[in-house]
Amino acid sequence: MWIEKQGNIIDFTLSSLLRRKRKNLALISVYMLVIFFFASVMFFTHAIKKEASIILKEAPEMVVQKMAGGRHELIPLGYIEQIKEIRGAHSVKGRLWGYYYDPVAGANFTLMVPGEGEVEQGGIAVGKGVSRVRFLDEEDEMEFMASDGEVFGLKVKQIFSPESELVSSDLILISEEDFRKLFGMVKGVATDIVLSVRNPKELSTIALKIAERLPDTRIILREEMLRTYEMVFNWRGGMMLVVLSGTLLAFIIFSWDRASGLSAEERREIGILKAIGWETSDVILMKFWEGTVISVSSFFVGVFLAYLHVFFLSSPLFEPALKGWAILYPKFKLIPFIDFYQIATLFFFTVVPYTGATIIPSWRAATIDPDSVMRT
Amino acid sequence: MNMIQLLNIRKVFNMGRPNEFTAIHGVSLSIHPHQVTALKGPSGSGKTTLLSILGCMARPTSGRIMLFDREITSLPERFLTEIRRKTFGFVFQQFHLIKGITVLENVMLPAYPGGEGYGALRKRAMEILDLLSLSKKASSRVEWLSGGEAQRTAIARALINRPSVMIADEPTGHLDSRLSQEFMQIMGRLKQDRKTILIASHDPIVHESETVDRVIEMRDGRII
Ligand SMILES: Nc1ncnc2c1ncn2[C@@H]1O[C@H](COP(=O)(O)OP(=O)(O)OP(=O)(O)O)[C@@H](O)[C@H]1O
Ligand SMILES: [Mg+2]
Repeated sequence: MWIEKQGNIIDFTLSSLLRRKRKNLALISVYMLVIFFFASVMFFTHAIKKEASIILKEAPEMVVQKMAGGRHELIPLGYIEQIKEIRGAHSVKGRLWGYYYDPVAGANFTLMVPGEGEVEQGGIAVGKGVSRVRFLDEEDEMEFMASDGEVFGLKVKQIFSPESELVSSDLILISEEDFRKLFGMVKGVATDIVLSVRNPKELSTIALKIAERLPDTRIILREEMLRTYEMVFNWRGGMMLVVLSGTLLAFIIFSWDRASGLSAEERREIGILKAIGWETSDVILMKFWEGTVISVSSFFVGVFLAYLHVFFLSSPLFEPALKGWAILYPKFKLIPFIDFYQIATLFFFTVVPYTGATIIPSWRAATIDPDSVMRT
Repeated sequence: MNMIQLLNIRKVFNMGRPNEFTAIHGVSLSIHPHQVTALKGPSGSGKTTLLSILGCMARPTSGRIMLFDREITSLPERFLTEIRRKTFGFVFQQFHLIKGITVLENVMLPAYPGGEGYGALRKRAMEILDLLSLSKKASSRVEWLSGGEAQRTAIARALINRPSVMIADEPTGHLDSRLSQEFMQIMGRLKQDRKTILIASHDPIVHESETVDRVIEMRDGRII
């Protein structure tokens, strides 16, 4: 009984919607567009935050850099022994990394020496982004020009497609020997020194001790990096949301106007329905389904398009606003992360008010006396 | 048993305001079952007003209404709607069909809130359309119908909930004399099916039709 009644009323609702095709299509398109923008921003900021947390999860707890004249300088490996003497500091290691400008691609690549034995001399492992811009396959050779002008080739041993493209798309892993040769870096120095701390509570004490012992260094904690990233992402995402809130407001006004302004034709129809035996609640039920069909379908289409936009088309609409820092990635792809809590929030703030906006005016129209139909 | 009984019904519009107007002045009336009753009278005499009170569309200002000897005067809106849906079928002067949907859908519309299965409902609607020789038009949109077809569609819609009473207000107002006669013939058939029929009309074709059992004349809100 109940089910059949809903079925019948939905049936009529659908054919009603088809009757006012133009109005309803306009409504659905605007609705969809708003949802599309909101969901895109949400997907994008959320996915980027996730990427950042992946980067930072693998980042060392503490980085020690040597400073000279306020600038970052190569650090003598002798410092490692001195840091090791501090209680609580362990896995103290020198790191070798740098940026290499590749004139062929016209881009900067990040060069890094991984743990011992991961890349042998004469070979490299490259990220997806590098292989893409340089059209490299495995076993191809990539040419480098060393700081003394000598050109030499290194063989691509591996192309990795890592957890996060943001981190390692532009990454080239290289052996220590080739790295030193390329940048003309003498033995006994490293780019910086990294270490771990046994007890996280001791982080600041250890940092302080290093600073005392090695006054010409600067210490960077992972927590600080994390905060900086978060701030950057939140700020950028926040800006977008401010802009979008304006859009949402405009949308609410628009939908209120569209949905609440019942046309004379619709009023007449509500009168007829009342006269032929529909109750006020049946009319409202019909309007409820009408609002629901419009808003739910626009919502899901909008979310779906946003998903495609962000995760398959690399957010072409946001590139200027959100991705200033990435120059390299021609086909930068975020890993699809979806936060259902955010989607539920968006649903709640769009579908619910819209459906409300359609019901209230119909409720007013539905309480008119049925006999008014006999006089028109 | 009386079908519908009105006791001392008064209807006042815009009560307490300067434009207060009494459209019905204490009317008492019994409608007999399985008969065709016609309301006759000049424009403004209160035919439509009385008809909408008889059909539970509007409430009287005072007086009592009995349906099958049961008092329904002060029932809440929800029950009145249900009574209206189950007991009465209405044919309006302008037909008031809903544009953009098919004849069949228009006919089924009054039954949707009843919660009957779609299949059964559709079958019943088709049977009624068949009786009124409209089955060929079932899937046409109502905009394309001729006057006579629109009228028969309106009758079919009035019949879908198997009402015991048919109420028609100026049903022949937009029809030529041939279609008016056809309307009265259909009413005759419905009478044979033991429906009670109430028609308000100025049209002599209605009053003089042999289908009509009783003519009630009204003037200035009173029965004469
Ligand atoms: N809602 C209303 N408010 C004020 N006056 C009304 C209202 N409805 C009807 N009237 C008045 O009540 C009187 C009776 O109207 P009603 O429509 O019942 O007449 P009628 O006999 O059906 O006339 P007609 O033959 O022209 O249809 C008219 O004078 C009309 O102006
Ligand atoms: Mg009238």
